[in-house]
Amino acid sequence: MNSLVNNLANRFRTCPVTGLKVDKSAENLIKVNAVVAVVCLLIGAIAAIGLVFTRWQAFHILPADWYYRFLTLHGLNMLIFFIIFFEMAVLYFASTVVLSSRQPAPKLGWLAFGLMMVGMVMVNAMVLTGKADVLFTSYVPLKADPLYYLGIILFAVGALIVVSLFFASLVVAKREKTYTGSIPLVTFGGLTAAIIAVITLLHGAAIYIPTFLWSLGLIELDPGIYRLIFWGLGHCSQQINVAAMVSIWYLLAGLTVGGVVLNEKISRAAFVLYIGFISMASAHHLLVDPEFGPGWKIWNTSYAMYLAVLASMVHGFTVPAGIEIGQRLRGHTNGLFDWLRKAPWGDPGFSGMALSIVIFGFMGGITGVTLGTEQINMIAHNTMRIPGHFHVTVVGGTALAFMAVTYYVLPLIFQKRVSFWKLAKIQPYLFGGGIATMAVGMIFQGIFGVPRRHWDITFKNAPFNVEFHPSVEIFQAVMGIGGTIAAIGALAFIAIAVASVFFGKTITADDLKNGASGLPQGVLKLPPQVYSGANVAAVHEAGAKGTMVLVFIFLAAFVLYFFVNWKILSFIWKIG
Amino acid sequence: MSQHDNEMHSAVVSPQGIWWKPANKQEMLWVKVAFAWCMVLFISMPFWHFKGGQNPTGVRGRTTPAAYNERATRFIEQYKVGEEKGIPVVAPPAGSEVYMIGRMWSWTPILKLKKDAEYMLHLSSLDLNHGFSLFPVNANFQVVPGYDYALKVVPNKSGEFKIICNEFCGIGHHLMVGKVIVED
Ligand code: HEM
Ligand SMILES: [Cu+2]
Ligand SMILES: [Cu+2]
Repeated sequence: MNSLVNNLANRFRTCPVTGLKVDKSAENLIKVNAVVAVVCLLIGAIAAIGLVFTRWQAFHILPADWYYRFLTLHGLNMLIFFIIFFEMAVLYFASTVVLSSRQPAPKLGWLAFGLMMVGMVMVNAMVLTGKADVLFTSYVPLKADPLYYLGIILFAVGALIVVSLFFASLVVAKREKTYTGSIPLVTFGGLTAAIIAVITLLHGAAIYIPTFLWSLGLIELDPGIYRLIFWGLGHCSQQINVAAMVSIWYLLAGLTVGGVVLNEKISRAAFVLYIGFISMASAHHLLVDPEFGPGWKIWNTSYAMYLAVLASMVHGFTVPAGIEIGQRLRGHTNGLFDWLRKAPWGDPGFSGMALSIVIFGFMGGITGVTLGTEQINMIAHNTMRIPGHFHVTVVGGTALAFMAVTYYVLPLIFQKRVSFWKLAKIQPYLFGGGIATMAVGMIFQGIFGVPRRHWDITFKNAPFNVEFHPSVEIFQAVMGIGGTIAAIGALAFIAIAVASVFFGKTITADDLKNGASGLPQGVLKLPPQVYSGANVAAVHEAGAKGTMVLVFIFLAAFVLYFFVNWKILSFIWKIG
Repeated sequence: MSQHDNEMHSAVVSPQGIWWKPANKQEMLWVKVAFAWCMVLFISMPFWHFKGGQNPTGVRGRTTPAAYNERATRFIEQYKVGEEKGIPVVAPPAGSEVYMIGRMWSWTPILKLKKDAEYMLHLSSLDLNHGFSLFPVNANFQVVPGYDYALKVVPNKSGEFKIICNEFCGIGHHLMVGKVIVED
């Protein structure tokens, strides 16, 4: 075994910043997956601009068929292709790089990548030629060309291979003793995501294979059962995103400000809670559906009494508290919030992570739990409140975290300086601020009953007219302006990433010494990843006072939003 | 007398030795408060079933598009009082079973209901999924072919209400608007 390791030695380079050993074949797989993810993000962002300026009725630029086509294109390229290609890169990173281990089967990695590419191209070709105007949910009996479903299946098979490779890397690293002790928390979070991914992809097989056969006319498929299993896939995959995002929060907290893990037990237990309950998540998409009764709906929508929500609330405390303790250990000890004021807000890795935590927690989490309440869902289902909600979870949370970590991946993996550094410094604010604003506009429209996935809410050619509250026009403008800023933020990110990867300056030792521009603070001067000494226990014991204040403000907002929604519900018709 | 070690590390560092250690006071406090709040979130739903007036329970059953269409057509013939834009207007008596058909791209019939009267409103689709969104009440239900979703409803205001389809159902989706009239 040792000789094998030695033979592989020239496959590795040692990272000059972190000292980790990096397997070059894993590094290449990280690169291609990340690059394709960015291409998919570009397709999604172009579609997003079309959607924003169609939903904003003052502009209404796309004709009906292209609006629905762009909606399909946007949903698939953003939620599926961008996110999952990026997650593949994260899995390679969390296993091989963080553990200084080798990628056990590079050829298989390339096969997986090929399958995912073919699947992605097939699906996009079907959508753009108008053979799959079914939106990303493709609710049966709405039917697309069989090649559409086949494309998704190929993509999923590829993803499953990468997930298996992740497990294999962990086994190899353990056996070859590339690390001592337990796997780091970041890898543990990646492991959580990978386990959830397996469950998700099994649901995926359970729904897309029958649907493919159904599209060929070979079998029958029940529309209600389709919805149940589709959301078994669709929501579980959101839990992968959450686990990956939280892992990135922990990673960036460490790299940017030397944030610590307060307590390994608590953080790991919270990750395990995610695994326990995700299959139940399908339910909150079916709360006002005719297939199931209240017992099933309540138990499942709450993920067994909200234990998964508990997990997110725990991470929502431990990550900022870890940052606070890290900052205090580095000497920012004054008052409640000196650690926040002294944080590197100009480092896009830090600001992106911080905004991701705030947007995901304050906006995404609170709206999500509220909308997922059995009865409150009646005043929200399929209104604009729904896209309002998930653009502050998977977009303002996950996608923004992915962007933030890219500012560290570029120098650490691609070994490039970040291009357009001034733009990079404001990019997280543009994207996060834009998305949050857009979501507010969407949520308020939804409160007035504006439907999602709808081409024309002026109902020009409909048999009856519907007159929305006049303020809906204002909220459309809020959505439109926020969406435009977010789209600019996304395009800026793409420009930065592409320019850095293909035209960026390769980092030299001098760059690191002299603090060249285009290098985030954590790369120039990595904060301590291990603290020891007499004051450590004291600082830990004194705790994270500032974070305590923040989480109780969060709780107050949550309680208020939740009960206001019950109040609004109580005004409507009696329904039972 | 601290229970904590003199060592802390970031999340990229492999913890050495046993990491199953007690959490500090603040962490435990937050875990407990969060858990308690989760229980409140949970209890609120069964609570509303007993004390609240709005629940999506209904009476749910399987049907077929043909069977549902047949039953709804009989209902329309029985209580038809007129027609608007080619769509029958139906005035069922208080307490009756009421049938609403969703299909690409219309809601049939137009309903005339009485304020404060109770009806059993059945929803189903003859083709694709549709979304029943009662405007401006903002009450929303998924309408799935093959399933009969019957909800007890009591209008609490008079006036004209619209039904917007809020589930994508093909290229004419945005034209799918129905009407409910509630009289004092
Ligand atoms: C670049 C900034 C973005 C903007 C301006 C934007 C805007 C929009 C708009 C206007 C809609 C249409 C809502 C409707 O008409 O019902 C939409 C839908 C959607 N967006 Fe985004 N979005 C952005 C980024 C993303 C990202 C990064 C993701 C996923 C990671 C995402 C996921 C989705 C999904 C899943 C839908 C629903 C599609 C459907 O209803 O079938 N978006 N977005
Ligand atoms: Cu419809
Ligand atoms: Cu529709």
